[in-house]
This record gives sequence, structure tokens and C-alpha cells, in this order.
Amino acid sequence: MSGESSSEGSGASSGEGKGVTMRVEVDVPKCVASGQCVMIAPDVFDQREEDGIVVLLDEQPAPELHADVRESAVVCPAAAIRVIEK
Amino acid sequence: MVGASAAGLAAVETLRREGYEGTLTLIGDEPYHPYDRPPLSKQILGGQWEPDRVPLRAPADLDALGLELRLGVAATGLDLAGRTVALADGSRVPYDGLVIATGVRPRRLPGDGGERAHVLRTLDDALALRDRLGAGRRLAVVGAGFLGAEAAAVARGLGAEVTLLEPAPVPLAPAVGERVGRMLAQAHHDHGVDLRTGVAVAEVADGGVRLTDGTLFEADEVLVAIGSVPNTDWLEGSGLTLGDGLECDEYSAAAPGVYGAGDVARWHNPLFGTAMRIEHRTNATEQGMAVARNLLRPDERRPFAPVPYFWSDQYDVRIQAHGYLRGHEEVAVVEGEPEERKFLAVYRSGDRVAGVLAVGMPPKAVRTWRQAVATRAAWRDAVGELLPEGA
Repeated sequence: MSGESSSEGSGASSGEGKGVTMRVEVDVPKCVASGQCVMIAPDVFDQREEDGIVVLLDEQPAPELHADVRESAVVCPAAAIRVIEK
Repeated sequence: MVGASAAGLAAVETLRREGYEGTLTLIGDEPYHPYDRPPLSKQILGGQWEPDRVPLRAPADLDALGLELRLGVAATGLDLAGRTVALADGSRVPYDGLVIATGVRPRRLPGDGGERAHVLRTLDDALALRDRLGAGRRLAVVGAGFLGAEAAAVARGLGAEVTLLEPAPVPLAPAVGERVGRMLAQAHHDHGVDLRTGVAVAEVADGGVRLTDGTLFEADEVLVAIGSVPNTDWLEGSGLTLGDGLECDEYSAAAPGVYGAGDVARWHNPLFGTAMRIEHRTNATEQGMAVARNLLRPDERRPFAPVPYFWSDQYDVRIQAHGYLRGHEEVAVVEGEPEERKFLAVYRSGDRVAGVLAVGMPPKAVRTWRQAVATRAAWRDAVGELLPEGA
């Protein structure tokens, strides 16, 4: 993975392990099938085989995945991922 | 933060999320909260979406960032030594760190000031053009790049009579190669768009557009989509290096404590070993995040080395591309056939895989090739084995 994008796998450091719960929503009609979320957080997102549209695997990801999920939401080119943290 | 679109928003969000608690001023020349531009030439122009779907964040999410918003007021000057940005209303904003993300504006044609002439960059542009399109309206699109081609496809869907005027023999050939360009040209023909190549437009004129050979091409509306110009005018004389955009190093820094992000920034991408300026939606976000981190942690700065990504929707064709395709030296179709609009093509620069472009392919195949780009795989290893005849 040398030379990988600086924005991948370098997730934020804040907010982990503080008992924060996270809920993920995807706006499927907005999705453009870029696959960016799958590359960053493959445990939470997948793509439909036929057209690459997002499949949400885990609506309430575990804390160790939060940074990658936040990163996916920000990087999504269609702004189709919303993360709600409480 | 100068520039309140995708790159500027990503930068302020990253700063807040990663612990910056000081004052954050977001300056933008448009009066709107940060919004998404790719839908402008797609769902907004086509009328499937109303403007309420394009804001990048819900108002509550934006409020939570605790920003000083200075919207509807352009930056007019930069004092590097004094660390202040001058605004059009005469005020000055002091800074400790600066991100320049002022984007690009459409390149114009002579005579394009009239009512029939349009460009497509802002929400207001898209709504103005949408209001004037409809069944039987004659639209001339000048330039068959991605923006012009997408707009032509959408306008055709609205029933307009659309002509695409393109000076090159094959549209988009420098960006995607001739074979993929010909496939896109065919898609326009199939949908009743009159694509005319080898046609150069001199100006927008009364009744349509004037071609360089003097002929008047009649049209009710004209969309000028001939590329864009980086918004660096306000930085003239500031001491920053301006060329094709704001010149930045591999950290995307233009000067100590000053970073460039998004369409306006030309930086050295070490993954490809070349300077590039990328006008893609995803790059704006990734670069905004990267410069925020470099600004926040000056001792742990990281080069900005992304695999660029873009997509384009034209009719039922969705193009997905990863990598740096411009300046490629060879294209190999490794799966499917462009003519069937289901294929995967890879691009070579030097002896390395530089990019992948896919239409209608399974996502896993695209991701696998994207990884070959990310690792800068040797072309001979990646493609040579698949195509032993060197096709």
C-alpha cells in the first residue's frame, strides 16, 4: 500500500473509545457507485454487483470503525452518507 | 478558509473533528451554504432535483462546526506578511493558517454577455439554463468535454434540439482516449444529439453562435462549456506563485502556513511524479482534508498523494475513472467492448499503470484495477499477462 492516498486509512483520531454510538444512513438514490466508501470501510459498506450502488452492511458500526466511517462520509463524492453520533 | 465549496468545507470539518478549537472563518463569494456541484449538470438541470437537495450539510451539522461564515463576499487580496485576507466589502480577516480553495470559473467566449448565453458552474447558472430549456428549444453546446456532454444529454432528455460543437475530431480523446471518445460520440448520435466535430466557435452572436469560418449557427440558447480558469486573480501581487492555478508543493503548501486545495490548486502528486491540477469533486474533499491535517500538525505533514477519481453520467452510460489519465501514452481494453458500453480500459504512462476507466463493470473488477493504479503497478506485469499479443 505504499504511495496510497494520504486520505485513506489515516482516519481521525478523536471520538474513539468514548462510548459514542454511531448510526449510519445512506441516501441510495444519490449514490454514484464510486466505491470510495468500500475502499475505506469495507466492513461497513459494500457495492451491489450489478451496478456498484452502495449496500450498507452495518448501520451501527463498532467504535473501532468510526474513524473510517466518518472518512467515508466526507469523501463520498455524492454526499450520500450521513453519520449521526450521539 | 477562502472558498466555501467542497474543499473548504472538508478542510473546516477536518480541523474541527481533529481538535482545532480556535476561530474558523469560511469565506465564499456565493451567497449559499456549501453545496454540491456535480448534480448541477445532472439532476438539477434535468429537473429531477430541486435546489434543496444540493447543500452538502444539513444546517444543524453546519451550525455545529461553529464557523464564522462570510458568504456572498469575495476575497479581493492577500497580505502574506501581515497575514490578512481583504474582502470585497472592505473588511480584513486576520489568519494564523490559510487555506485557498477558490475554485475555477468558466472560460468565456466573446459576445457571451447576452440572455441566450449560459455557462454552468453555479446553482444559479444551472437554474437559469433549466428555465430556458424544453421541448423544441434549440440548444447549442460549445465544447464536448464532460460538462458539455452531460448537459447535452440532459437537455436532450428534456426534449430540446441539441447540437454539440467540438473543435477536436473526437470528443474527450485527450482525457479518455480515442476509442472511448468514439463510444461517447456514438451515444450522442444514438440519442439524437447532433455532434459536430472539427467545428470551432468564435463568438456568441445574435441568433446563435458564429463559427471561426464566419458561418452563423442558429440556436435559441447557447451553453459555453470550453473549460475553466482558476480563480487566482485576487492573489496577483501577493507573492504566491501563480501559473495554471495556485502552485503548491507535494504537501499542497503554497507558502509557510498557506495551503491550496480543490480545483484552484496545482500541486506535485508524488504518486504520479508530476504536478497536476484536478477539477474533480472527490479531489476537492480529499485535498481539503489533507491540507487541514498538514495545517494542524506541521511536524507530521504528509504529502498529498491521491489516486484521482471522477465519474460522468451521459444518457445510460456511467463512466467511472480512477487515476491520472491525461497525457496517457497507451490505452488497453482489458475486459468487454466499448462499443457494447460495457468495458474496462486501462491507461499507461511510462512503464506504469496510470489509470482505469470502466463502464458497466462489476465493482470488484474496478477496485482491483484501481489498486494497480494506487501501487503504480508495472504495465508489463499487470497488462502484459492479460494481453500476450500486446493488443
